[in-house]
Amino acid sequence: MSNNNHQLKEKFDQWQSSIEAKLSKHPESKSSYATDAGIPVSRLYTPLDVSGNYEEQLNFPGEYPYTRGIQPTMYRGRLWTMRQYAGFGSAKETNERFKYLLSLGQTGLSVAFDLPTQIGYDSDHTFAQGEVGKVGVAIDSLEDMEILFDGIPLNKVSTSMTINAPAAILLAMYIAVAEKNGVDAGQLRGTIQNDILKEYIARGTYIFPPEPSMRLITDIFAYCSEQVPNWNTISISGYHIREAGATAVQEVAFTLANAIAYVQSAINAGLEVDQFAPRLSFFFNAHLNFFEEIAKFRSARRIWAKIMKEQFQAQNPKSMMLRFHTQTAGCTLTAQQPNVNILRVAYQALSAVLGGTQSLHTNSKDEALALPSEEAVTIALRTQQVIGYEIGVTETVDPLGGAYFVEKMTDEIEEKVWEYLKKIEDKGGAVKAINDGYQQREIHSSAYQYQKAVETGEKVVIGVNKFQVEEEPPSGLLRVDPRVMDEQKAKLQALRSSRDNARVDASLAKLKEAANTNENLMPYILDAVKSYATIGEITNVLKEVFGEYQQTVSL
Amino acid sequence: MGKPIRVLVAKVGLDGHDRGAKVVAQALKDAGMEVIYTGLRHTPEQVVETALQEDVQVIGISTLSGAHLYLIPPVAQLLKEKNASDIMLLSGGIIPEEDHAALKEAGVAAIFGPGTSTEDIVTFIKSNVS
Repeated sequence: MSNNNHQLKEKFDQWQSSIEAKLSKHPESKSSYATDAGIPVSRLYTPLDVSGNYEEQLNFPGEYPYTRGIQPTMYRGRLWTMRQYAGFGSAKETNERFKYLLSLGQTGLSVAFDLPTQIGYDSDHTFAQGEVGKVGVAIDSLEDMEILFDGIPLNKVSTSMTINAPAAILLAMYIAVAEKNGVDAGQLRGTIQNDILKEYIARGTYIFPPEPSMRLITDIFAYCSEQVPNWNTISISGYHIREAGATAVQEVAFTLANAIAYVQSAINAGLEVDQFAPRLSFFFNAHLNFFEEIAKFRSARRIWAKIMKEQFQAQNPKSMMLRFHTQTAGCTLTAQQPNVNILRVAYQALSAVLGGTQSLHTNSKDEALALPSEEAVTIALRTQQVIGYEIGVTETVDPLGGAYFVEKMTDEIEEKVWEYLKKIEDKGGAVKAINDGYQQREIHSSAYQYQKAVETGEKVVIGVNKFQVEEEPPSGLLRVDPRVMDEQKAKLQALRSSRDNARVDASLAKLKEAANTNENLMPYILDAVKSYATIGEITNVLKEVFGEYQQTVSL
Repeated sequence: MGKPIRVLVAKVGLDGHDRGAKVVAQALKDAGMEVIYTGLRHTPEQVVETALQEDVQVIGISTLSGAHLYLIPPVAQLLKEKNASDIMLLSGGIIPEEDHAALKEAGVAAIFGPGTSTEDIVTFIKSNVS
């Protein structure tokens, strides 16, 4: 400790004891303070809490380890992409919602697919009944995808698709639609989520077992690095892990452990790290604890940079930059007094911006009750626009850098994340740990503790356990027209009789053959998609070769 | 003290949101009940089959995808067909108020929405299962 710090420490101790003396008369609200991740929160932070060398720990934005941001000018150059997750009912309805969002000034699209699409069932499958068009748009074939993007310039708009197990199929459809519209795959910008490991952990839309799933993912990495170079081939997601109940630390740790597994798997498949790593992207949650969240984003960037540089010997700085999308925390929205959700979302969105996000979805106030209405989604988007254009937080880079509390919290999250990463490595890596149910148990335990804290009132949720009021049931909620399912089924039947079925069968047979070899499957899937083979048909062929995942049920 | 109440907590349909189902299952366990959790993606047929095999008194179905009107009434119907209507059927998740009547009509004893305290669910089960 330097001489200055010695003096400061003495003064600080004096100040602390002078306060302790007064506590019996003027007590604090709690005997101790901590975040949900168990990180203690002190009364005050001072220069004594900040250790380490500036250049090693923080450095300048755009420079390793990117703690302060991945671009040198951040939002002074360009704001984050405002990207609202949307999709429901038919491709036509969703296409209209997309155009509405673009007309409001949204700068990128984000497609929500219904569950049958996400799990590889056609709309007429038994398991799809009741689910068609509910949580997203129903896509059965290229025909639906053509309607979904009708009139939208794919060479100008970037599109994010929340699709995982059948990501290769939906990406192929996107490429095929673009080709039809005269847009070359090389011009396409966007993201597929393509993150199967967190599906096993937290989100549930898995199809195939881990090994062939990892192969499909690395096939996409390899294919896109040559054919679709501006595409983000994966969005490694902590969002759903957090929604399932994880703490901020678990969110980052389990996400980065999954990321390590993907990188290793691609290297094992013979790819060079710098060939695919620049296109890896991430997706995090913006939860309620404001400063913990800001610190979480900053520490995630620093840890990832170290992993890529030190563990995987990446040379290209872009391989070390953690680029991420953020969504505000759906699980913090309440069905009670839904207008209060607007405020929760605003603070969460602000934490994402102060944490240096590259794109953002702000939740709508009615999402604890139903899919967002047009009015609700407009307020949500306006919330981002207020942050971006009105309140000045974008005018300097990483405005909280150097704040004693934020830097200390960033350090503490990093330390705890490394501990988890070590644990998972000792268990044989993310995939093995998932098969044992380790991450699932850790998340469940955090979720249960959180629920108990809410029920004892230790954690305040306005409208739920404090400041409750009598309310009328909400009105004006969006409902998906049940006719969507019947229309979708009719459309599918018409397609099956009008397409060239010999061509479909031939393309599926070739896909099956290739699935039995080590060949890259993307060209075969693209060919099948262009023949108007359906998602269900393509998935079934792959299931015959790959088998299906059996969930580890852990409680 | 009698035998512990046996409960099946089930996820039906394709919905993968299991945080609520697992938290409720854990809370019922902690309240002294014997709880079986199905895991994801069960059909109404599978749910009823498991309920009969496990000899439960209560089935709690969680769904958040909006398919509740397709997935929950068939469970009640199958219970009737198997002469097992004495098994109490509960549901939770995201179920709009306007659908409550239809579900209750079908045989659902209670619907627990977002923000419900697990204590309320425990109390409901304990006071309604003989």
